[in-house]
Amino acid sequence: MIKLTSVSKEYPRAGHALRGVSLHIRKGEFAFLTGHSGAGKSTVLRLIQMAERPSAGEVRVSGFSSKRLRRRDIPQLRRKLGVIFQEFRLLPDRTAAENVAFALEVTGSKPSIISKRVGRLLAQVGLAHKAQAMPDALSGGERQRVAIARALANDPFILLADEPTGNLDEWAARGIFDLFREINASGMTVLMATHNLELVRAHPEYRVVELGEGEIVYDSADEAVVDRS
Amino acid sequence: MAPYALREALSASQRTPLLTLLSIVAISLSLFVVGLFGLTAYNISRAIDEIEERVEVVAYLRDGTTDEQLTVARAEITALPEVQQLLYVSKTEALATAMDEFDEFRDAFADLDVNPLPASLELRLNDGFRDPESVELLAQRLLAYPFVEDVSFGRPWIEKIVSLRRISAGAAGVLGISFGIVAAIIIASAIRIAVFARREEISIMRLVGATDGFIRRPFLLEGFIAGLVGGALAVALTFVTFRVVDATLISISWLPIEWTLLGVAAGAIFGLLSSAVAVRRHLGAI
Repeated sequence: MIKLTSVSKEYPRAGHALRGVSLHIRKGEFAFLTGHSGAGKSTVLRLIQMAERPSAGEVRVSGFSSKRLRRRDIPQLRRKLGVIFQEFRLLPDRTAAENVAFALEVTGSKPSIISKRVGRLLAQVGLAHKAQAMPDALSGGERQRVAIARALANDPFILLADEPTGNLDEWAARGIFDLFREINASGMTVLMATHNLELVRAHPEYRVVELGEGEIVYDSADEAVVDRS
Repeated sequence: MAPYALREALSASQRTPLLTLLSIVAISLSLFVVGLFGLTAYNISRAIDEIEERVEVVAYLRDGTTDEQLTVARAEITALPEVQQLLYVSKTEALATAMDEFDEFRDAFADLDVNPLPASLELRLNDGFRDPESVELLAQRLLAYPFVEDVSFGRPWIEKIVSLRRISAGAAGVLGISFGIVAAIIIASAIRIAVFARREEISIMRLVGATDGFIRRPFLLEGFIAGLVGGALAVALTFVTFRVVDATLISISWLPIEWTLLGVAAGAIFGLLSSAVAVRRHLGAI
């Protein structure tokens, strides 16, 4: 699935963002990635998308290795990942439906398939009635739902979310989080970076990986192993 | 995929109409200048062709040349590859023409007892033998006949025509290339601005797994269409100019159809290439 082995990432000016991080995320898992801002959460997510390569170590994602991946293979990898951001990143000049359809057009799906699938995806995130709305006319929570529908469009095996509730009020945030739980319950792996500790503490059933200064300082999965021994 | 790229290319012009208009205008103005120069060069070339057709070599014959000598010489000269047409002008004909052409001298000629004008052979030359060297060679050959007194062929004049042709071809080339470069820079910067304006969209395309080719295609198509429209507009502008000049200043000819088609095709290919270069350079940065 996703495996980071002794991964370090160094930037020319900023220095080390990650130092010797090893992390294995299994199929169907729901994991929180927590830590202060600057702890390296976003770097981990960018490495998984192969938007960046590690300075040392190896990142493996669903059969793709950071050591051997060619630039022209990256699109194939991206189609297997659904990515969600704090700032939604919708195209402002397109309707909700067009934003979702965009992800399918890019991968060359047929128009007849696209319109059906967009309808289903918007229904899944509870926005079937807002298909023709422009992003401006949607609330923050609704925009994030459109972004989630877009992330799910190409049937990814994992959902990567970078502070998905960071820009939302508590009520909208809970709605988005519940949607993630639903998606995970249907079998999809979810990796969610967040610094919302309240949310993390409220769900002890999910794995928590905490980063600090570019290293893993806590992993609830390790604790489980320790407990068993 | 192709309809998607086309739709994107067209909607780009709706999203940023001013930018699209600017690049079309820039392309059409650049190609218009090339078109104007092409029109000028073409008409100069045609005029030169006409003048060249009139290049002739005249051999003046000594008095007392016999008919036999003349018959043999005419057969020999007509057989030469350079010669298109040979015309014998007798002394009497020469005098009649002179009296026709020079009104002022008519009286003077009429009073003469002896016709002072020589008989002559007027040679029209075949295409390809009108250059100074060939003409000179032919003149030498004619002078070898004992009854040929002198040969006139206006060598300096021929040389001027040849150099005029060279200058106009060279100027057309240089101007065409310079304005082509200007057009390329304008298209490239328009595409650069377009890439910049759509960087968020491009990075989202990358995010959801679009290939580089897929991302590039709408931009290439946009450049191609802008070039095509710009090229057609340039031809239209050139045509309007042609009609105005033809009606008011001097009578000129319109360009051959191949030239105009070439102009439009050049615009389209130009737009495509310029945007290919711009997209290649700027996509990497996103």
